[in-house]
Amino acid sequence: MRTQSESRGEPSPLLELSAVSKSFGGVVAIENVDFQLYAGEIHGLVGENGAGKSTSMKIIAGVHSDYEGQMYVQGQPVHFKSAREALAAGIGMVHQELSTCPDLTVAENVFLGQQPLNRFGTIDWAFINHEAKRLIASLGLDIDPTATMGALPVGIQQLVELSRVLFSGARIIILDEPTSALSPPEVKRLFDVLRKIKADGRGIIFISHFLDDVLEISDTITVFRNGHKVATDPTASLTKDDMISNMIGRGSIGMHMGESADLKGDDAKPIVFEAEAISDGKQLRDVSLKLRAGEITGVYGFMGCGQIELARAAFGKIHLHKGRFMLDGQEISFRSTAAAKRHGMAFVPENRSMMLFRTEPIYKNVSIAILDRIHRLLLKPGTERSITKTHIDDLQIKTQGTDMDLGSLSGGNQQKVALAKWLTHLPRVLILSEPTRGMDVGAKEDVIRIVKGLRDRGVAILVLSSEPETILTLADRVTVLRKGVVAKEFNSGTIHKADLLSAA
Amino acid sequence: MTTPTPVVAGKLKSVLTDQLRNIAPVFTLLALVTFFSVAAPSFLTVDNFMNIMAQVSIIAIIAVGLTFVILTAEIDLSVAAIANAIGITVAYFTVQPDYVNIANLPMPGVIAIVLTVLAAFAFGLVTAFGVTWVGIPSFIMTLAMMQIANGVSALLVRGQIAYKFPDLVTTLGAGDLFGVRWTIIVAVLFLAVGYFVLKYTRYGRYVYMTGGNREAAEYSGVNVKFIIGSVMVICAVCTGIAGMLSVAYYGSAQQNQFDTYLLDAIAAVVVGGTSLFGGRGGIPNTIIGLLVLGVLNNGLDHVQIDSFLKILIRGLILLAALTINVYAQRLKENN
Repeated sequence: MRTQSESRGEPSPLLELSAVSKSFGGVVAIENVDFQLYAGEIHGLVGENGAGKSTSMKIIAGVHSDYEGQMYVQGQPVHFKSAREALAAGIGMVHQELSTCPDLTVAENVFLGQQPLNRFGTIDWAFINHEAKRLIASLGLDIDPTATMGALPVGIQQLVELSRVLFSGARIIILDEPTSALSPPEVKRLFDVLRKIKADGRGIIFISHFLDDVLEISDTITVFRNGHKVATDPTASLTKDDMISNMIGRGSIGMHMGESADLKGDDAKPIVFEAEAISDGKQLRDVSLKLRAGEITGVYGFMGCGQIELARAAFGKIHLHKGRFMLDGQEISFRSTAAAKRHGMAFVPENRSMMLFRTEPIYKNVSIAILDRIHRLLLKPGTERSITKTHIDDLQIKTQGTDMDLGSLSGGNQQKVALAKWLTHLPRVLILSEPTRGMDVGAKEDVIRIVKGLRDRGVAILVLSSEPETILTLADRVTVLRKGVVAKEFNSGTIHKADLLSAA
Repeated sequence: MTTPTPVVAGKLKSVLTDQLRNIAPVFTLLALVTFFSVAAPSFLTVDNFMNIMAQVSIIAIIAVGLTFVILTAEIDLSVAAIANAIGITVAYFTVQPDYVNIANLPMPGVIAIVLTVLAAFAFGLVTAFGVTWVGIPSFIMTLAMMQIANGVSALLVRGQIAYKFPDLVTTLGAGDLFGVRWTIIVAVLFLAVGYFVLKYTRYGRYVYMTGGNREAAEYSGVNVKFIIGSVMVICAVCTGIAGMLSVAYYGSAQQNQFDTYLLDAIAAVVVGGTSLFGGRGGIPNTIIGLLVLGVLNNGLDHVQIDSFLKILIRGLILLAALTINVYAQRLKENN
């Protein structure tokens, strides 16, 4: 069977998937997916976690080679066995976690793996620096090619990685969550660059949970749900509500979630944990914060504003330079994360791999934080499993059982496991860094429900996020951090997304 | 299910992927035993089996400690040197014959043993301090400890050879119980305790989880510095006890006596399939690794092979095991 698009007499697509299916050990990841990407098009890809976006893209990029169905690049049938083959065929991917070398220069990163040599067989530095500069300038950017990569903001690093993909000759570029770590001006700059690339006649696949970003930059949008492609429409004919209802397939509930919030800070509630003018000697300067029992305190700020350090300092991972922490009115200093845990602190970091053991069964992932409560000396796997089973049911974690490897779960379900760790014995203070980042709508709602449930049971919760929606959905009070300093506090009244963005 | 076959095949594949590191060493062992049994009639006898056990028993005690260390994704390169230093220490605390010219410090046997075990403990503490507190990678830290332990050995014996050890040490190292060498009994005891601790205790789980993902363990409230420090101490104490039994076994204590122990102990753990990246493997793997090593060393003697070639063959077997080890890890992670 030949492609539908040709039969309609349209130009042949740069890339086409025809009836592609892929399953992992009996679990269907995608089924019968048709997809076309045209030259000069930015194609937005949205869907909940586990909907099949990543699997489809990994097939395109040559990561998964055993699939059913057919893929065409510029009309030619292809079947990539490796990412290298896909790259050779002009398919490049920029991952959410950047794969740049922080200790090398910008130019070295652009030419990584294909350094041009001069006639002596050594690296032609003059040429590299000059070409890198030219290449980057052609994207409308001005970056010093001799600057060290690690010293640059993450948004610039991302653009350098994009330049590398372009330099390698990619005609088809896949961007996975490119805006999640960027501030609004950085997003704008990225979009300018993408429009330039598009004008060259290349095709871009833009995967994102930020629907506003997708609506702004895409020409066409494809929605995935439960391993199927639900719809492909021109962006002009779509609204955010349409997309959401396609994504979740159950009307668009909560679509305005997180645009504004009524804060309910209550000064009568007892203060459990307090930071007094803390500094870590690097990111944080004189940050003060009060966490009250039964309240969620949100800390908002762009990436790199110091939230990550604040969370780690409170959990005993980073030591203070100045200032102090108070727990129940007593000054306290945690020598280790184990000490913090003993005092009833709990922490879920922003990156799931920091919290979870991918190749271990789910029950070991859950029980690791409570083994000391189950038995001082011995393991009781039966108890561990039954506790885990309870959490799997309560939190609606989708899995075949407590002994499945954690790695077999989707991102949202992994996040629930990370939370479940701390739920068996209620912590006094729960610190959540980016609790809903990279999650689909359904899983997000579940996590929000779980966190609010904990608050109502009296836990003092600290939520740190660079997504205003997360903060506005969860927080009873908000502290805005800007470059390591408290920029503004909101304790009551109605606040809007714009208030947060302007304060940060 | 419309297509049951691929599903079953997929399951089988995933089990194999999962278990490659455990299956490969068992097959290696079976292949070696089969080969030597056919090649040399003297190989497959009860006497020879007890020989093999005796030959690996002291390495086994070191390997128990090293299994803990490697499970946390650390390494200890000082085991041979510490075994040597501790063997010499116990001799240093014992009355030596007149012709041994060592300025030693004789003590009653029990006190000598206690002090010696404490010395092993102290070696472990220094390593633990360097690795966890100072933050020196264990690879380098234990290299330094190797040199330090060698220095201690040199200072204590000053080129001499000591021949006397506390009676208990001599019995355990060189004696037997109803025809079974005490070293075998001690080794089995260590393996059993090691197995129990790793498999059934909270501490054991922490060792595995710290090796599996150190950051995640730390953010789950595990005191990873304590875990890593303690495995270094456990390893040093196991090594020290092996060193004491070993000098008694050979009947003498001198410098550079146990240089082959380092490679043998690491080889036993790794050949058995315990992951060098931490978090996978354990005592059963180490037991298989010890048997592979013992059968190989012993079998090569039975087939009368060129003793220089023997060294090369051991190296090649180790390389093959390392390849499988790394390959198994990759399979598991890509799964």
